[in-house]
Amino acid sequence: MFGFGTEYEGLAFWLPLIWAGLLAVAVAMYVIVDGFDLGVGILFKGAHTENWRDRMMFSVAPIWDGNETWLILGGGGLFAVFHVAYAVLMPALYIPIILMLIALIFRGVAFEFRFKAERSKFLWDNAFFFGSLLATFFQGMVLGAFVQGFANDGRQFTGGTFDFLTPFSVLTGISLIFGYGLLGATWCVMKTTGELEIWARRMAVRFLVATIIAMAAVSLWVPFLGRQIETRWFSWPNIAFLAPIPLVTAYVAYRLFRDLEEGRHYRPFFLAIGLFLLGYLGLGISLFPYNVPPNLTIWDTANTVNSQLFALVGFAIVLPITFAYTAYAYYVFRGKVAEEISGGGYGYH
Amino acid sequence: MEFDALLLSRIQFAFTIAFHIIFPAFTIGLASWLAALEFNWLRTGNPLYRTLFRFWVKVFAVSFGLGVVSGIVMSYQFGTNWSRFSEFTGNVLGPIIAYEVITAFFLEAAFLGIMLFGWERVGDRLHFFATCMVALGTLLSAFWILSANSWMQTPDGFAIENGKAVPVDWFKAVFNPSFPLRYAHMVLGCYLTTAFAVAGMSAWMLLRHPHDAPETKLAASRRSLSMALWFATIFVPVQILIGDLHGLGVLKYQPTKLAAIEGNWDRMANMPLRLFAIPDEVAETNHYEVGIPKVGSWVLTHAFDGVVPGLKEVPRDERPPVWPVFFSFRIMVGIGFAMLGIGLWSLYLRLKGTLFTNKPFLTAAMIMTPSGFGAVLFGWFTAEIGRQPYVVYGHLRTADAVSPVSAQAVGATLIIFIVVYAFVFGFGSYYLAKLLRRGPDPVEDIRGDDLGKKPKRPFSVPDEGLEGRPGHRAQPAE
Repeated sequence: MFGFGTEYEGLAFWLPLIWAGLLAVAVAMYVIVDGFDLGVGILFKGAHTENWRDRMMFSVAPIWDGNETWLILGGGGLFAVFHVAYAVLMPALYIPIILMLIALIFRGVAFEFRFKAERSKFLWDNAFFFGSLLATFFQGMVLGAFVQGFANDGRQFTGGTFDFLTPFSVLTGISLIFGYGLLGATWCVMKTTGELEIWARRMAVRFLVATIIAMAAVSLWVPFLGRQIETRWFSWPNIAFLAPIPLVTAYVAYRLFRDLEEGRHYRPFFLAIGLFLLGYLGLGISLFPYNVPPNLTIWDTANTVNSQLFALVGFAIVLPITFAYTAYAYYVFRGKVAEEISGGGYGYH
Repeated sequence: MEFDALLLSRIQFAFTIAFHIIFPAFTIGLASWLAALEFNWLRTGNPLYRTLFRFWVKVFAVSFGLGVVSGIVMSYQFGTNWSRFSEFTGNVLGPIIAYEVITAFFLEAAFLGIMLFGWERVGDRLHFFATCMVALGTLLSAFWILSANSWMQTPDGFAIENGKAVPVDWFKAVFNPSFPLRYAHMVLGCYLTTAFAVAGMSAWMLLRHPHDAPETKLAASRRSLSMALWFATIFVPVQILIGDLHGLGVLKYQPTKLAAIEGNWDRMANMPLRLFAIPDEVAETNHYEVGIPKVGSWVLTHAFDGVVPGLKEVPRDERPPVWPVFFSFRIMVGIGFAMLGIGLWSLYLRLKGTLFTNKPFLTAAMIMTPSGFGAVLFGWFTAEIGRQPYVVYGHLRTADAVSPVSAQAVGATLIIFIVVYAFVFGFGSYYLAKLLRRGPDPVEDIRGDDLGKKPKRPFSVPDEGLEGRPGHRAQPAE
C-alpha cells in the first residue's frame, strides 16, 4: 500500500490494514462522542445558572457511559490486534494517560454524585469541569506526542518519562480543548432551548474561531518537528490530491459559522463533527502507516494472523449490533432537554 | 525490599484492581437482582417490587459508576505498567479483552442509560428488556475477563514463538482448564456478595425503623430480606461445593499454589486439615500448627491417605509468599462457613415465624453486610498471590513483565491513585449511606404508562437532593 508493507503477503498484509481501518473508526467514534460530552464539561464552568448546569448535564447523562466505552475499545483494540504498539505506546505515554484516567474518574463520578449532593454540590460541579478539561488536555498531549514519535527498539519503549512533554504537545493539548469545546457547544445548541441555547450559540462561535486558529497553528508547526511529514503533503502529485482537504475544511468552518448565525439547531453539530473528521483525515494522511511513529508500521506491530482473524470474526458479528443498539439508545433520548427537568420526559425512572 | 518500578507497579496494580473488583462484585449480582425484581413486578403488579426496584437501582447506579471509572484504569494499566506482559500475552489475551469490550461493555453502557432514565420513554416491556441486557452484560463481562485471568493461571491452547505466546487453539485458550469452575465460583461469589449486602441492609432498615414506620417501607425491607436469604440459604452450599471442585483443579494444575494454601512443606499422605499455623518461610516449617489429622488429604483428594504436594518440592524462587496465601484462603473459607450459618439460622427462624423480629439474627445479618466483599477479595488474594512468582503461570515471571518506566513515575501515580480513590470512595460510601438511611420510598400502585400523570419522587432529579424535602422543589438558582 503506497509502497509500505511490501514484505507482507496475503492475510498478513490485508488484516493489519483492515484492523487499522476499524481502529481508526473506533478512535474517530471516541473523539466525536466523548468529545462532545467532554466539551459539555468544558463549557460547564461558564453556565450562568444551576438550572443550566442541570440541563447540560442531563443532555449527556444517559449516554456518557457508552461514549466512554469507545475509549476502552481504543485501548483494548490496540492491545487486541497491535499489541506491540500497545506495549510501546503505553509506557511512553505513562504520565499523560494515567492523569487522563484520573481526570475521567472525577468527571465520571460527578454524574452520580452531583445529583445526590446538597452542600457538597459545588465539589462535583468542579469535578465535572476540571475533570473534563484536564482529560481533554491530556488526550491532546497524547496526540501531540504521537505525532512527534517515540524512541523504541522495535519491541519496547526506550525513551524517558517526560519525552512526551514539549511545547508542541502542550499546543495540541490546548487545541483539543477548543475542539471539544466546539463539539460540546454545538451539542448544547442542538439539545437545549431558550437562554441556554442562545448562550451555547455564542460559545460555539468563540470556540470555532479558537479551533480554526489552533488547527492552523498545529499545521504550521508540524514541519518544524523534523519528521518530514510536510514532504508528503507538498510533493507532486500528492499536493493535487490533498489540496482540497484544507479548502473543504475552510468551507465547512465558514458554513458552520453561518449556520450558528442563522439559528440552525442540528446542522452545526454535524458540521463540527465534519471539521473534526477532516482534521483526523489530515492526521491519518500524515502518519500512515505508522502506528508507532516514526518507525513501526501497522504490519510491524500486528498480532499473528490467527490472532487478528479471531478478533475480526467477533468484530464483524458484534460491531453492527453494537452500532444498532447504541443508535437506539440515542434515539430514545432524542430531542431537546426539558427546561424544567423533573416535570418532563427526563425524570429518572 | 527496594521500592523499584516492579514493586511499585505491583502495589499499584493490586491496589487499583482490589478497589475495582469491589464494584463489579456488587453490580453483577445487583443487575440480576434488579431484573428479578422488575420481572416480579411485571408478573404480579405488586407495587412492593417496584418500590424495591426503584430503591436498589439507585444503589446500583452509584456502584456501577464507580466500577466503570475504576475499570477504564485497568484496561490501560496492562500497557502502562506491564508492557512486557502485554508483549508476551498480547496475541492471546488481546482479542479476549477486546471481546469483553464489544460484547459486554457496550451492551451494559447503552442499556444502562435506558434503564436509569428511559422508563417513561420506552414503556414497561422495553425497560425490562434493558434491565435484562444490563444484567447479561455484567455476566458476559465476567465471562471474558475471567477467561483471561484463568489463562494466566492455567495457560492453554498456545505455543511460544520468538519469545511470545501465540494462539494455536482458541477454544482451548478461552476454555482453559481452570476457567469453567473459576467462572462459576466468581459469579456465584458475586451473587452471594449481593445477597448478603441486600440482606444486611434490609435487616438494618428493619432494626432501625420503629414499628410505627410506614407499613410499606417495612414491607419492602422484609420482602428483600426474605428474597436475599432464600438465595443465600440455597446457594451458599452450592458455592462451597464448587469451591471444593475448584480446589481439585488447583491441586492438579498449580500444585505449588495448593501447597502454599495448605501450608504444606513436605509432600505427604494423611495431611491434616490445618486450621491455624504460622508458616515460616526461612525455616520451611509451621509454628503453632492446629489441625485435624488426615482430613486435609480427604478434602483435597477425597481419600484420607491421599498424597498432597509440598512446597519443598520446588526451589525457593519458585514459591509464592506463603503466609498471605495461607491466611487469605482461611479467611475466605471462614466467611463462607459463617454465611452457611446465617442461611441455616434463617431457615430455622422461618419455620418458627420470627425471621423479621429476631433481633440477634437481624443484628448478625447486618454485621454480615460486607462479608461477600471480604470473601471475594480474599479469594482473589489467594488466587493471585498464589500464582507468584509467575504472572503467566510457568511461563512469564512477574519480574519480567514490568514496563520500562521509572520508579519515580510509578511512585507518583501510586500516591495519586491512593489519594483520589480514598476521596472518591469516601464520598461514594457517604452517598450510599445517605441512600440507605432514607430507605425505599413507597411508590403509588401505578404502571409505567401512567407515571407521567402522577407526582413522582424520582432519584437524582437535580432539584431534589437526597436529604429531601418531599413535595417541595428548590427554586432554580437564578
